[in-house]
Amino acid sequence: MVPAAIPIALTVNSRRCALDVRPHHTLLEALRDQMGLTGTKECCSEGECGAGSVLLDGRAVTSYLVLAVEADGAEIVPIEGLAAGGRLDALQQAFIDTGAVQCGFCIPGMIMSAKDLLMTTPHPTVEDIQAGLAGNLCRCGGYSRIIDAVASAAGSDC
Amino acid sequence: MRPFCYARPNSLSEALSLLAEHGPDARLLAGGTDVLVRLRLGHMRPAIVVDLKHIGALRSDVVETDGCLRIGARAVMTDIIADGRIQRHFPALVEAATVVGSVQIRNRATLAGNICNASPAADTAPVLLVHGATVNLIGSAGPRRVPLHEFFIGPGQTVLGPSELVGSIDLPFSSDVSGAAFGRVTRRRGVDLATINLCCLVTGSGNVRFAFGAVGPRPFVVEDDTGALIGRSGRASQDAALDRLLAHATPISDVRANRDYRVAMLSVMSRRALDAATGRLHRAQAGA
Repeated sequence: MVPAAIPIALTVNSRRCALDVRPHHTLLEALRDQMGLTGTKECCSEGECGAGSVLLDGRAVTSYLVLAVEADGAEIVPIEGLAAGGRLDALQQAFIDTGAVQCGFCIPGMIMSAKDLLMTTPHPTVEDIQAGLAGNLCRCGGYSRIIDAVASAAGSDC
Repeated sequence: MRPFCYARPNSLSEALSLLAEHGPDARLLAGGTDVLVRLRLGHMRPAIVVDLKHIGALRSDVVETDGCLRIGARAVMTDIIADGRIQRHFPALVEAATVVGSVQIRNRATLAGNICNASPAADTAPVLLVHGATVNLIGSAGPRRVPLHEFFIGPGQTVLGPSELVGSIDLPFSSDVSGAAFGRVTRRRGVDLATINLCCLVTGSGNVRFAFGAVGPRPFVVEDDTGALIGRSGRASQDAALDRLLAHATPISDVRANRDYRVAMLSVMSRRALDAATGRLHRAQAGA
């Protein structure tokens, strides 16, 4: 027996969305495959790399460790939801200005974790940033500029 | 992931009847940070996943009741770390909860889930054990209270019956002034599972409790009430008393460390935790 799809309603990037999701599909699969929002990445699928980070009700979570049905009624902000009115979020702009992006694969997750950090810690120390991004891996090894970018965004915006 | 059915009960009775109906084919889901990994790897193959997050009777907060802090089954690590009462009375729990996974994990992972997962390396277990935590279980046969040191059976195994779930965890306030400290060894500084972890609690009357993780099939607690560990009878008897407690550890060699390294580090980390806990005790006594 194949379990039937379940209807869910969620808010993604401030838009109400209705989806039918399979019980064993993750929030990441719903975002990428059903909604076409491919900024959020799948990598380790175990909660080690953080590439699948999105905000769920204002907190960073790894979207591959959340079932799509669990997001019923939730407000989701993936990387595509940060820019507003044609302007990049201060974090996005800081990552560009600082040259923090190399291959780019980890960057959406890095930025969403940094978003969570700056919401709870508006003026982070370098140690705060390192701890806040501890769940995000960059295989290019570009950590120092990523940390610089978050510090710069905190100074400019928070 | 293999397909499964999904249920989202709104009441405990609904959840318990789903457990009664499906038995071992049902798996409970709270934060999902362990369950989803095991579902994906096929280590769990449930017919149905029962999501507990919509059951109002399972609380997501910490309440003060009957001389203890009661941590609800749905309380996540991030909120436990931020709770002022936990910070004031159980700072070692803040230390342990802060090293569970990453921010993203701590935003989802529940304390109850950490306990039910029953990993020998569960970081919060040693802290809960030295503080004498009790697990409140809810089942079709009624509620029961189980001291945490009787809750763990072995790796991944607890005393939870097939139609039982954890409703909350009670952390009793100590009647005696005390200090506690958490410690762990990992291979890298960031997100990692513990090679060993431990918590030490020292009371004003000289009672010392240690709980150790990742050095046996389950986290466990040991105690010394001779006063030797707080140095009343000199360094030699302190070392002997500590060695007696450490002898209960039966570590294995695995991917994170070999047996000898665990034994050596357990001794080092136990002394550090004892020092830190004693320092906290003295500060508590000075402040009292």
